[in-house]
Amino acid sequence: MTALLETRGVWQRFGGLVANSDVSISVGRGEIVGLIGPNGAGKSTLFNLIAGVLPPTQGSIMFDGEDVTKLPAAERCQRGVGRTFQVVKSFETMTVIDNVIVGALIRNTKMRIARQKAYEVLEFCGLAARADKLAADLVPSEKRRLEVARALATEPKLLLLDEVLTGLTPVEAQTGVELVRKVRATGVTVLMVEHVMEIVMPLVDRAIVLNLGKVLVEGKPTEVVRNPEVISAYLGDRHAVGA
Amino acid sequence: MDTQFAQRRRRDLIVAACLAAIAALVPLFVKDVYVQNIMVLTLMYAALSQSWNILSGYCGQISLGHALYFGLGAYTTALLFTKFGVLPWFGMLAGGAISAVIAMALGYPCFRLRGHYFVIATIVIAEIALLLIQNWDWAGAALGIDIPMRGDSWLKFQFARSKLPYFYFALTLACIAWLVTWWLEDSKWGYWWRAVKDNPDAAESLGVVVFNSKMGAAAVSAFLVAVGGSFYAQFVSYIDPESVMGFQFSLLMALPAVLGGIGTLWGPVLGAVILIPLTELTRAYVGGSGRGVDLIVYGALIVAISLALPKGLVSVFSMLSGRKEAAR
Repeated sequence: MTALLETRGVWQRFGGLVANSDVSISVGRGEIVGLIGPNGAGKSTLFNLIAGVLPPTQGSIMFDGEDVTKLPAAERCQRGVGRTFQVVKSFETMTVIDNVIVGALIRNTKMRIARQKAYEVLEFCGLAARADKLAADLVPSEKRRLEVARALATEPKLLLLDEVLTGLTPVEAQTGVELVRKVRATGVTVLMVEHVMEIVMPLVDRAIVLNLGKVLVEGKPTEVVRNPEVISAYLGDRHAVGA
Repeated sequence: MDTQFAQRRRRDLIVAACLAAIAALVPLFVKDVYVQNIMVLTLMYAALSQSWNILSGYCGQISLGHALYFGLGAYTTALLFTKFGVLPWFGMLAGGAISAVIAMALGYPCFRLRGHYFVIATIVIAEIALLLIQNWDWAGAALGIDIPMRGDSWLKFQFARSKLPYFYFALTLACIAWLVTWWLEDSKWGYWWRAVKDNPDAAESLGVVVFNSKMGAAAVSAFLVAVGGSFYAQFVSYIDPESVMGFQFSLLMALPAVLGGIGTLWGPVLGAVILIPLTELTRAYVGGSGRGVDLIVYGALIVAISLALPKGLVSVFSMLSGRKEAAR
């Protein structure tokens, strides 16, 4: 079976800055893959290329057997790419359920059914009690969950999570980890960007480490964390030698 | 909670039907032509502001150039009638259609602009259109068009003796604009528009084609405003560029919605019902001095309302219902 997502020799340049150089990764169906790397490694750029926020300078992106390189974000969502944002982007003047309905409408044209579907997704994400609150009134951890709920309402095949676990308390982060597992259990493939290693490593099946815009290492989380190159990228050469 | 939502929608509809019925009965008791005139204008601005609210309130694309569509409606109807003898009813639809098409043609470049730049573009375009009409000889240039009265008739939609037909038409128009908004509010478009207003990037990531959503809102909004313009041309029976396409119309369409509650179903109605009579009354009672006292009073009242209720007059109702719920 072919991979669900594949980037083939993707480059992204911003003027003189090369954010991604020759990045080729693949994500198989049903996997949870972690995309990690130090600040400025090009994780967010790669993420935006996959989500369709901007087209890559060079290279191609295959999703579900099709070339989606030139498709805009809305079209990719239609094909089954759901995403969250690193800096939460709730629809602040709308209620929590209305936020999710926007996502649900892409698969359901009947308002009644979209509303029903949105409510189910909120229950799945543990936000049903907040359904009629304004999104602006949620606490930060709830807003993160709302981002996930909204993306899930679009019934994605691939869910892109951009640092959804960062900046949460340990308890909140644990709830988040369980939510991601639940999501995968429903058959959704997950690609998540994180830089807090302790949280992601037990969760993901496979980790891809980016550094300076390139794929540094890729493999099982337990192997990746012991890799000297990864340690050196994160902590500097001195520590790598010590390891 | 599903039923709670359905209940609210049904309640809105019932309240609107009751208000429309009451409004329809008012002329039976109010015979004063001056007051009837104010009522016609109030209903017309309620309809216009409701239509403006679709693009600017729900979809968040603040337009201060809607006078363009108002003028287009007025001019299309008047020109078709005086030059080709086309009945105003067809002129109304033609004006609406032309405005919708022009709104989309202008939206094509302008919707790439965000925030203040978009607002500036709408003002500039409306001003350019005003200048063009002022210099278009065939359309009467700066002198405008006199719509000849050929006797009272529903077919030609002109009435010299009574204001009542205009009143009922304006009421119908306000009801239509309200119903369209009510219906759109719980439709895919309504949700898309609000999402586009709040966060276009997030909307795009959820499959909303932001550009098309804006185009849709612009077309609906421009169509309804143009119908209002057509009505106004018949109502005053004489139009010139400044009197139907001047900047003040853009403001008078925006103000009721802003004051009443922008992006809300009831805001424009509430705003118009308070603002338009206020305009007329301050002019009648303190405007005679020639020192602009009426405008000072008018301006002061607007400032007072916006300071007291920054979210618009409709927030009074949500505050009251909030207190009721707290008391339970």
